[in-house]
Amino acid sequence: MASASTVEPTRRDFLFIATGAMAAVGAAAVVWPLINQMSPDASTLAMASTEVDIGSIPVGQIVTIKWRGKPVFISHRSPKEIEEAQNVDVATLRDPQPDSARVKKPEWLIVIGVCTHLGCIPLGHQGDYNGWFCPCHGSVYDTSGRIRKGPAPLNLAVPEYSFLTDTKVKIG
Amino acid sequence: MHGHSTFEPKNGFVKWLEARLPILSFSHESFVAYPTPKNLNYWWTFGAILSFMLVAQIITGVVLAMHYTPESTMAFDSVEKIMRDVNWGWMLRYAHSNGASMFFFAVYIHMFRGIYYGSYKAPREVLWILGVIIFLLMMATGFMGYVLPWGQMSFWGATVITNLFSAIPFVGDQITVWLWGGYSVGNPTLNRFFSLHYLLPFVIAAVVGLHVWALHVVGQNNPDGVDIKDVKKDSVPFTPHATMKDSLGIAVFLLLYAWFIFFVPNYLGDADNYIPANPMKTPPHIVPEWYFLPFYAILRSIPNKLAGVVAMFAAIALLAFLPWLDTSKVRSGKYRPLFKIFFWIFAATAIGLGYLGAMPPEGGYVLAARLLSVSYFAFFLVILPVLGLVEKTKPVPATIADAVLAKH
Repeated sequence: MASASTVEPTRRDFLFIATGAMAAVGAAAVVWPLINQMSPDASTLAMASTEVDIGSIPVGQIVTIKWRGKPVFISHRSPKEIEEAQNVDVATLRDPQPDSARVKKPEWLIVIGVCTHLGCIPLGHQGDYNGWFCPCHGSVYDTSGRIRKGPAPLNLAVPEYSFLTDTKVKIG
Repeated sequence: MHGHSTFEPKNGFVKWLEARLPILSFSHESFVAYPTPKNLNYWWTFGAILSFMLVAQIITGVVLAMHYTPESTMAFDSVEKIMRDVNWGWMLRYAHSNGASMFFFAVYIHMFRGIYYGSYKAPREVLWILGVIIFLLMMATGFMGYVLPWGQMSFWGATVITNLFSAIPFVGDQITVWLWGGYSVGNPTLNRFFSLHYLLPFVIAAVVGLHVWALHVVGQNNPDGVDIKDVKKDSVPFTPHATMKDSLGIAVFLLLYAWFIFFVPNYLGDADNYIPANPMKTPPHIVPEWYFLPFYAILRSIPNKLAGVVAMFAAIALLAFLPWLDTSKVRSGKYRPLFKIFFWIFAATAIGLGYLGAMPPEGGYVLAARLLSVSYFAFFLVILPVLGLVEKTKPVPATIADAVLAKH
């Protein structure tokens, strides 16, 4: 301890703070594995992508597949649905996004089927915009999976995906 | 506080133990000689009823864990095995699941009693806040316990509640993935919920220890809200008086508990939870357990995700600030004519919100839930602070003895 008569930091003060700082770093290093163990493990991460054959999905149908334990909607949109999705004034939307930013090919809409409110699964071809309707708290999505009504803050998320061939999609 | 008698060991072994660990004299002071106010009514037996329920839940829970499998493909079947194959399994499970409801029922009465009689006021602020912490721990424990049977309502309840954390700005999604241990509620989630569901009751037991400790430092509040001034005149020894009264309270409460277990064991549950969890199909109407309904109604009444979540947590957090929100100098509601009226409006509001939480979120229900949410917050943020300044209270008796004698 520094003597009461001096305000100058002493060598002992320095050692005291340096030791304390090392102890804090050590404690943090021990705590981190205890926290990080809860994050998705290697086997969960290994299942992070999936391939789907979309050739058999007729126009106008929505197919639900499972990816990372969650449903993914693959909607083979009809020309009418594409038109409805494109003819929207983007500025009026809650989460403004043009349809073109949400699809790679206009006839295929691929979105994660989890309501952005509290995680329920919306029902296809329902609701005022003929897109999706969430039965839990009443969120309504359009044919581009964009939020139009209800409590959800965001559009249905678009997962990372790529067309391997014209009829094969890799999600994740 | 000095008790009604002192512990004087005569037995040689007891003397030997006392010199090394004075646990017997401590128990004597805490549960035998401890002075309890003369005027306590039956609402004060709920502390003992809650202690009983905590022990009942821990005992039934420990034996259920001997038969339960916390794995997502086997959890549902293992619960059915408990119901059909395990000796007395059906009774133990019904006792545990209905025990949770009884526990919450008792804690809500205990809390309303505390609010009515101003039990949170100085010097009992810490005692009250410890109670709020116990309530929060109970909610976490109850929620995670409901997930374990891995039925449809378990799964989707877990999904909705864990998604509340996704409302946190910027890091919400990462936090939810961390809580799940995956990209959705799944086996890792079930596994950790089981671990925590087993741990938290013991944390509750520890905080209950602090709660009782704080209670024994400041002494019990009572219906007249006057502190004990003369131990001989104002109080009676805990044993036999409080012990016997608490025992009768527990016995009557057990009648209700047993009625649920043996006559309507599934009344408070949801039929959808007898359907195994299906991550690809949301039930048409998700409802939490009844004891969460008022808070669920507040969550749904606000058409903005973050604001709804904040309001729901605020509704619970506000309880901790009661000692400072209530500005009245008079402790007991018995001597506060206006407070009495608002207290019952508040109680009706809480029950009304509970009803609305179970109804579908549409039309008039939404409007009613909004009005009642405003009423709920107004009680804490407007009524209680203002009432203390403007209310004309009735004269408070000088001592507990005076209050008791005035009645006879």
